[in-house]
Amino acid sequence: MIDYRTLDVPGPTITDLSRPFWEAAARGRLTIQHCTSCNRGVFYPRPLCPHCWADALEWRDASGKGTLTSFSQIWKPGHPGWLPAVPYYVGLVQLSEGPTMLSHIVDERRSIRVGDQLVFKSVPTGSRILPFFHKI
Amino acid sequence: MRHMSPRAALAGIGELKPERNTHGVTTMELLMRVSAEAIADAGVAPQEIDGLLVGPQVGETPQHVPATVAEYFGMQPSMSNMVDLGGASGPGMIWRAAAAIAAGQCETVLCVIGNHRNMPPPRSPNRNPAREFDTPFGASGANTSYALLMQAHMAAYGCRAEDYAAIAAGSRSNAQNNDKAIFHGKPASVEEVLASPLVASPLHLFEIVMPVAGADAVIVTTAEKAARLRHPPVFLNGAGEKITHRAVSQAPSLTSGPLKPSISRALAQAGMRIQDIDFLSLYDCYTIMVAATIEDAGLCAPGKFAEWLKDNGGMSCEARQPINTHGGQLGFGQPDLAGGMTHVVEAVRQIRGTAPNRQIKNCRSALVTGNGATMSEAVVLVLGADL
Repeated sequence: MIDYRTLDVPGPTITDLSRPFWEAAARGRLTIQHCTSCNRGVFYPRPLCPHCWADALEWRDASGKGTLTSFSQIWKPGHPGWLPAVPYYVGLVQLSEGPTMLSHIVDERRSIRVGDQLVFKSVPTGSRILPFFHKI
Repeated sequence: MRHMSPRAALAGIGELKPERNTHGVTTMELLMRVSAEAIADAGVAPQEIDGLLVGPQVGETPQHVPATVAEYFGMQPSMSNMVDLGGASGPGMIWRAAAAIAAGQCETVLCVIGNHRNMPPPRSPNRNPAREFDTPFGASGANTSYALLMQAHMAAYGCRAEDYAAIAAGSRSNAQNNDKAIFHGKPASVEEVLASPLVASPLHLFEIVMPVAGADAVIVTTAEKAARLRHPPVFLNGAGEKITHRAVSQAPSLTSGPLKPSISRALAQAGMRIQDIDFLSLYDCYTIMVAATIEDAGLCAPGKFAEWLKDNGGMSCEARQPINTHGGQLGFGQPDLAGGMTHVVEAVRQIRGTAPNRQIKNCRSALVTGNGATMSEAVVLVLGADL
């Protein structure tokens, strides 16, 4: 298995607004915004709720569980820094809180299917720690 | 178009031959050459152009794009704008031109889009959400997004790899009738498509457009003026547009896109049913895009595109409803954002009756689709020989 720490890949372009998400991931937690007005989860981070437009977003730890709604096994990455890791999986994870996020899916058995239940795991990648997912 | 008067017509077209490397030629040079072609084709004088619509990726000028292009062209248009709808930008220009004409702002609009391709390409930094939340996971680029859309479509409906590959093979076959196409002289069978390398599963290399340099241009003017020009006019009889998201993770559906309502609106404006359309000029950045568009157009039930294509007799100019007779972008090459305009230009050729080696018999109407980002920006045009 590839040691993701050895990859020289582009990290996230973190803004002040999104910093809590990335800092939590670096500490092994998945945190997303929650709107206290319409009671819906929000991802990616916004200044106002994109559903009801209330100024009522707060950060809450997520369950870290989700469902794989699609995936791709990447053989030719868009960035050459990912070449040592090919073939690898990326997928769309619908979090149990509602929103969907794209992530890296770790699956050494290469057996993932749409509909799989996934769980979040922080993985050191290049010079960062990123929120990846793997099968339960 | 309903509720729009006077109606607009597409009176001139220009298209450069795709190239893999332009060796230092600038985008401005390409745009001027293809515009000259369209202006000559229309039979108007350059001084008659009083409207100018340009695409967003003019490499030499990231800002003030319309003014820079107008100045370069020696034009002083009374309406000018940049249309930034990804692959849908070209068709997006056409109805905007018609609207500007109907609003009395101008009479003859040049719609021009293209890009150079100098290798290696520069990498530019940005901070949009897709860059922050997709790229770090190894998902940069359109290939990943359309692979995710295709996998979801396969999982939902059980379509097989060869069903999608047939679209690439059909496009390559059509490209054999277009000596401008990048894959002219290079047909590919379904087996060869499936034998091409996986780029991002389930997408094979031959199911993905080849990036090329190139440019396309269209002249839009009033129906009255078009009737006095060189070619039989091609009328814009309906248009529809819809934008739903940017990143694939934010798509409201992974198997149906904004083309669905856009096609409905365009057909309703034209007073037509999809079955009435003689030529389907469908945006095809990837095989999955054509499959999803056939289904979103209501030509068949979701998941049944492959059966419909077989019943249709494939994609050639002799099929029941021919598709992408110029080869589509899968066969012609994708001249950057001008790729979407190739579908407009081919529709004009077919309706004029001047498509070389591939003319559809008695082609009176065409449905043109444009698609941008991650099946998220949609523009649809209904073009016709009759108002």
